[in-house]
Amino acid sequence: MSGTGPRENIFPTRMALTNTKLRLKGAQTGHSLLAKKRDALTTRFRAILRRVDEAKRKMGRVMQLASFSLAEVTYATGDISYLVQEQAKSASFKVKARQENVSGVVLPAFEVDRVPGSDFNLTGLGRGGQQVLRAKEVYAKAVETLVDLASLQTAFMILDEVIRATNRRVNAIEHVIIPRLENTIKYITSELDEMDREEFFRLKKVQGKKKRDAEATEAARKQKEAAELVQLPPDLAGGGGDLLGSKDEDVIF
Amino acid sequence: MEALLFNVDSGFLEGIVRGYKAGLLTQNQYNNLTQCETIEDFWTQLSATDYGNFLANEPLPISTSTISDRATQVLVDQFNFLRSNAVEPLSKFLEYMTYAYMIDNVILIITGTLHGRNTNELLQRCHPLGVFDTMPALCVATNVEELYHTVLVETPLAPYFRDSVTAADLDDLNIEIIRNTLYKAYLEDFDAFCQSLGGPTAEIMHRTLAFEADRRAINITINSFGTQLSKEQRAKLFPTIGRLFPEGNNALARADDVDQVRQACEPIPEYRAFFDSGPGGSSGGGGASRANGGAGSESTANLLGDLGDDLGGAAAADLEDRFFVHEVHLNKLAFLQQFQYAVFYAYIKLKEQEIRSLTWIAECIAQNARDRIHDFIPTF
Repeated sequence: MSGTGPRENIFPTRMALTNTKLRLKGAQTGHSLLAKKRDALTTRFRAILRRVDEAKRKMGRVMQLASFSLAEVTYATGDISYLVQEQAKSASFKVKARQENVSGVVLPAFEVDRVPGSDFNLTGLGRGGQQVLRAKEVYAKAVETLVDLASLQTAFMILDEVIRATNRRVNAIEHVIIPRLENTIKYITSELDEMDREEFFRLKKVQGKKKRDAEATEAARKQKEAAELVQLPPDLAGGGGDLLGSKDEDVIF
Repeated sequence: MEALLFNVDSGFLEGIVRGYKAGLLTQNQYNNLTQCETIEDFWTQLSATDYGNFLANEPLPISTSTISDRATQVLVDQFNFLRSNAVEPLSKFLEYMTYAYMIDNVILIITGTLHGRNTNELLQRCHPLGVFDTMPALCVATNVEELYHTVLVETPLAPYFRDSVTAADLDDLNIEIIRNTLYKAYLEDFDAFCQSLGGPTAEIMHRTLAFEADRRAINITINSFGTQLSKEQRAKLFPTIGRLFPEGNNALARADDVDQVRQACEPIPEYRAFFDSGPGGSSGGGGASRANGGAGSESTANLLGDLGDDLGGAAAADLEDRFFVHEVHLNKLAFLQQFQYAVFYAYIKLKEQEIRSLTWIAECIAQNARDRIHDFIPTF
């Protein structure tokens, strides 16, 4: 009976049974909801995984191109890094963060905001200006890819964490809470049945006892009557008995 | 007449330069270099050439910038040897050659000082050929006015500054415009100096400098499309010694797109060739240097999506390569005549081109971009 598994420490009453049954129902609903959430998140997760993979490959190619275009700049104009550093005044490449909601999980998504800046567009005016411009464009693309990758990667991490938590909850409900509630219900039912049987037996016992008592009183009464019958004749012989007590054959009325 | 007495003063140095020239990498050596799989192979190949073991003390792995730095150091050593053995007017000629690098250095220091950068860091970044004794003094200046006066007093570039830039310009003009103004003044002055030398030096140097001037004019025009540089400002940056001067310069000043630049260059047969296969260069494979870059640029265009429309940029990059090729060609011609100073200029320029090519090959090896490795310009 109650020794088959862990159960809640509860008095086996009908009230508790109703409560526990309600809780079991709640747990089952919660389980199915959480399982749905997990599935949704996993689908999303897989999609993001695929995109992360793509983005990483793209990043490899774009970064290669970018550093190569820098090599072209060096070939055409020599080292311009210092001048570019000095002439860059305001950021022309900004990253904005917004939030995206997937099954109740808030994922940050980064967005590129390019300001058409012209801080150093005269660099390499005498030589290699086209290469400088090109390198600038290619690097902007590369940074864009990096931003994409960053938002995917963040989403990936957060989703991973959330999926783990959800999985833990689903498993906990499935393997711990529901069995425990079921055990409790079983325990309460069995206890209640036991009490029923005891009550029945008790009633039977009481009935039996009453019957025995009744029989005993009956028997006692009968014995008494019999004793009275035996004692009657000496009474008649005495003559002084009650005339009304016995029927006189001679009296017609 | 100049042939009679040339060797008295400069015969030794000319011999040295022609010896140096024999040490420039040959096509065969370039072929060997492009076959290299790693930077270490590259280094081994180079140690069999005139560079010897210039990288011997570098810790592995060797970066491409180290290669370029060391190779430049070799060039600087050679130049300093020439310079210390030179007498007037060759020493003056060599000094003029360093002015181009000085302009870059001074511009660098001005930019850095105006932003309050570390002096040592600035001095390290200067080109070693353009170093002059009083250069660190420039870093002492604290405001624009002071800086301007220091430049006037301390640098050999004072005439260029005095004539073309005022203290106020230094503050509010784009540093690139200042640089190009100075460069224009420098080119004109250098040409005037060469004319004063006369003889074959004047002839050959004028040819080379005129090309340099035209190249700058064309480049400035193309690069200023789509920027806030006005046409009047642009016209002021054009050197006046080129073969395009004056009608071509005027046409360039009015040009709005590459086509008009091409029309401006039409009268000069050599320049016309630069533009002939320009736009179709990437598809037709007409460009000697970008012949096998087609596949690479195609995937680039795919990858970068909206960058696909920068065909004009590709053509301009192509143009830059043609300029380099033509410059090398002119410099090679300088070696055909004796008893003149242009060989010194030509040698330094060829050596610079060689360093650029070496850096390019090393970069291609390091970045594993073997399809572009042949895009350098061989010297001999």
